[in-house]
Amino acid sequence: MKLQELNQSEYPVPAELENNIAITSLSQLYNWGRRNSMWPMLFGLACCAIEMIATAASRFDFSRFGFEVMRATPRQADLMIVSGTVTKKMVVPIVRLYNQMPEPKYVLAMGACASGGGPFKEGYNVVSGMDKYLPVDVYVPGCPPTPQALLYGMIALQRKIDGQSIANGDDVPWYGVSSAEPTPVPVLGPDIIDPRQMDMIRRQAEAAAAELPSIGARDLPAATALVAASATADATAVADAPPVDGDALNFVLPTGAAPWAEAEDIREKRRLRALARKALRATRRAVAAEEE
Amino acid sequence: MDLAAVAPEKKLDSTSIDEAIAHLQSEYPDAVSPDDREGYCGVIVERGRLVDIARVIRDDLGFDYLSSATAVDYLGAGDHLEMVYHTYRTSGGPALVFKAQTDRDNAEIPSLVSVWRGADFQEREAWDLMGIHFPGHPNLKRILMWEGFQGHPLRKDWREAYYEEDQKPFDSRWPGGHVHRAEEKNVFGKNVTYPPDIDLGRLMDTSEAAVYQSLGLGVDVERIMDKDGFETNELVVNMGPHHPSTHGVFRMVLTVDGETVTSLEPVMGYLHRNHEKIGERNTYLHNIPFTDRLDYISSMGNNHGYVLAVEQLMSLGRKYNPPTYRCEALRVMMVELSRIVNHLWAIGFWLNDIGAFFTPVLYFVQERERILDFFEAVAGSRMMCNYMRFGGLFGDLPDRLKSVSNLTNDRVRDYNTMQFLTEMINERIPRTIDELERLLTQNEIVIERSVGVGVLTREDAINYSAAGPLLRGSGVAYDIRRAEPYSIYPELDFDVAVEDEGDMYARYRVRVSELRESVRILKQILPRLEATAGESIWADGKPGAYAPRVPHGEAYGRVENGKGELGYYVVSAGGRGGSSNPWRYHVRAPSFINLTPMGIMSRGHKVADVVGILGSIDIVLGETDR
Repeated sequence: MKLQELNQSEYPVPAELENNIAITSLSQLYNWGRRNSMWPMLFGLACCAIEMIATAASRFDFSRFGFEVMRATPRQADLMIVSGTVTKKMVVPIVRLYNQMPEPKYVLAMGACASGGGPFKEGYNVVSGMDKYLPVDVYVPGCPPTPQALLYGMIALQRKIDGQSIANGDDVPWYGVSSAEPTPVPVLGPDIIDPRQMDMIRRQAEAAAAELPSIGARDLPAATALVAASATADATAVADAPPVDGDALNFVLPTGAAPWAEAEDIREKRRLRALARKALRATRRAVAAEEE
Repeated sequence: MDLAAVAPEKKLDSTSIDEAIAHLQSEYPDAVSPDDREGYCGVIVERGRLVDIARVIRDDLGFDYLSSATAVDYLGAGDHLEMVYHTYRTSGGPALVFKAQTDRDNAEIPSLVSVWRGADFQEREAWDLMGIHFPGHPNLKRILMWEGFQGHPLRKDWREAYYEEDQKPFDSRWPGGHVHRAEEKNVFGKNVTYPPDIDLGRLMDTSEAAVYQSLGLGVDVERIMDKDGFETNELVVNMGPHHPSTHGVFRMVLTVDGETVTSLEPVMGYLHRNHEKIGERNTYLHNIPFTDRLDYISSMGNNHGYVLAVEQLMSLGRKYNPPTYRCEALRVMMVELSRIVNHLWAIGFWLNDIGAFFTPVLYFVQERERILDFFEAVAGSRMMCNYMRFGGLFGDLPDRLKSVSNLTNDRVRDYNTMQFLTEMINERIPRTIDELERLLTQNEIVIERSVGVGVLTREDAINYSAAGPLLRGSGVAYDIRRAEPYSIYPELDFDVAVEDEGDMYARYRVRVSELRESVRILKQILPRLEATAGESIWADGKPGAYAPRVPHGEAYGRVENGKGELGYYVVSAGGRGGSSNPWRYHVRAPSFINLTPMGIMSRGHKVADVVGILGSIDIVLGETDR
């Protein structure tokens, strides 16, 4: 990025200092650094990995865009390109690798399989999309995506980073006060088990042992209806409440600049939605505790 | 083997298949019966005598190479499980097929690992996916799924979580036209009921010993990892499934003494995407794009093996037109170009593994890109070409090549096709191979690292069912293009590349010679293409049926792919007018079976050599795990 682009126009720099200093916001500076030094993890799953290598090779060369070098260890990587079919057997190490990546970290689902199971979705050992377990930032369609498509996806991720703000802990979890929880690593039992479902499975097993009608998929619609009802109630309650930390928002958001107003609006909405999600989680926990 | 000493036996090992079957029947009248099901071949062996008869087939009849061993579930057609063995002579010729049957409950067939070590992984796969128990197998553990998985998924009555119907097209989609997402019908995405005594605590145990035990290895991890005593100088080293040298998601568990490898156990299944189960739901045509994704470096070769297998089956029926000459010539050209891509890639990444990190690869990837540009212009996709059809091809060569992508540095934009091909085959590819040889063949570091490392002897290579450059690097001149020719290979002039040493360097030299032989074949294809210009690629001038109805029978179509013998075992259940979906669809994957001797090749070498040995086998995980 050129100095002129980094400079924010609402803070004019005296003419004699032009091209020597820039006045900018902390977020913008952070993002500028991060977007231009995204090191992907050297991590190939299937066919898409071959196209990923082709993208890294001389003809396409993603180093040109700041994805400088691929690192084999997750500890040095910023970006996980999930390049191929995610199987149940492999999702366990993938989640573990994700947990080992330092924050800020991003996930790019490359190709149909990583985005939603792809042609192999119906397979018994295939996870239908990486987003069942990890938060995915960018999806690149294709089977496999051409190197051009992958490059486009990576540039889209850079644009996404441009919009992030260090003042908003809900927007980007790693700027929050508390450290982020590691994603629970799935377990291979009779089939793959998401640890977040452990309670449900245990209750199901107990019910089966006591020869009670099993609480399985059949009961779920009722349960989802219950949760959905409480969610709407929460959302209205949250929307009515005044915004909590409006001052923090004003810290980075320049006032008076017309293009930013829209972004602020979007960010505010996103924040409210995140708060609603949090409240929803709390009620769900409460419901679960009550049931026990 | 003292075949030379026994004069009458010597004659037996050059008999025809019919004579060999007659010999078996006369020797074992009560244990061997011909397989007289419609469209089937070979013999059915009584399973109690299987090991004895297999020994006779190997030693007396000379079928020393076990190509494929796979299981079929005949639910509703005899209600038995069947193991099918395809054996060949390394001197060439067709297969002797023998089968053994067992009940579906308590399925048990004696293991043939004592006869052919190459049956090792294949029997483990049959246990894993079909639930056949093999008494006598040294390490009968699951291989593609994990220990503790519920059920044996390739059985016909096992249904996956997203099960809709047995065969495609599903009624809801066609003619119904109601597309829905599978998750909507199955909220948990699973079809298991958890047993009441499920021990979740044990499953959550991530201690090292527990992890290794769950892999089902023959390694006594607990003894080695016992830190209390002082006599434990052995160490268990885990490589993968995330490791830059394993060419994908492959895992090796090594036991090392100091830095010397004492045992190695390959662990796979991390890319097991249920190719065969999905393939049995699919129609025949559906499977062609799936074969692309097996060995995703050389998709054209995968197409070829599959269409050969289905064409074999179709030829049993009344109405079948074999492919035209131009079609065959085009197929051979595409396959040989894929072989060049494959070997360039294999050599490049093998160099990566022995320490020349990424610089040589860049040169080879560059050449590969040009070939991929050609594939893209002809078939529409760079890697997953989906180009061959039963009895024909997706399309003929266009007059002018126009790349689908809009790249400024695109080398095939608006070229004359034949001119482009002539230039590529006569100049660019030979130039790349010359450059490769100049850089590597006499390179001192390459020679130091690879001569005498990872030796596989001739006997072991045959007994372990090694295929491709791994087999030919050990002094066995066995190339399916010559041993059991298909397509127009008989009339083409080329040599089988072979080296005797059996080490990493020999395999490299085989690959380089094969690159040159491929160019030689391509040079002979060019005039054939010019001579047949304007002819149709379809027998009667118009594309064949999209959904072929295939008569009852079995077929084993095999081709010499870049990585070795790629075989497709397809069973059709027939029915009125023929079946539209395969009853059984099995892929004999060279990458999978070539890993069987990985353990003996690595023993005694250093950890850093193991990486190179794996690279010299040249595996691709899409094919290993399917």
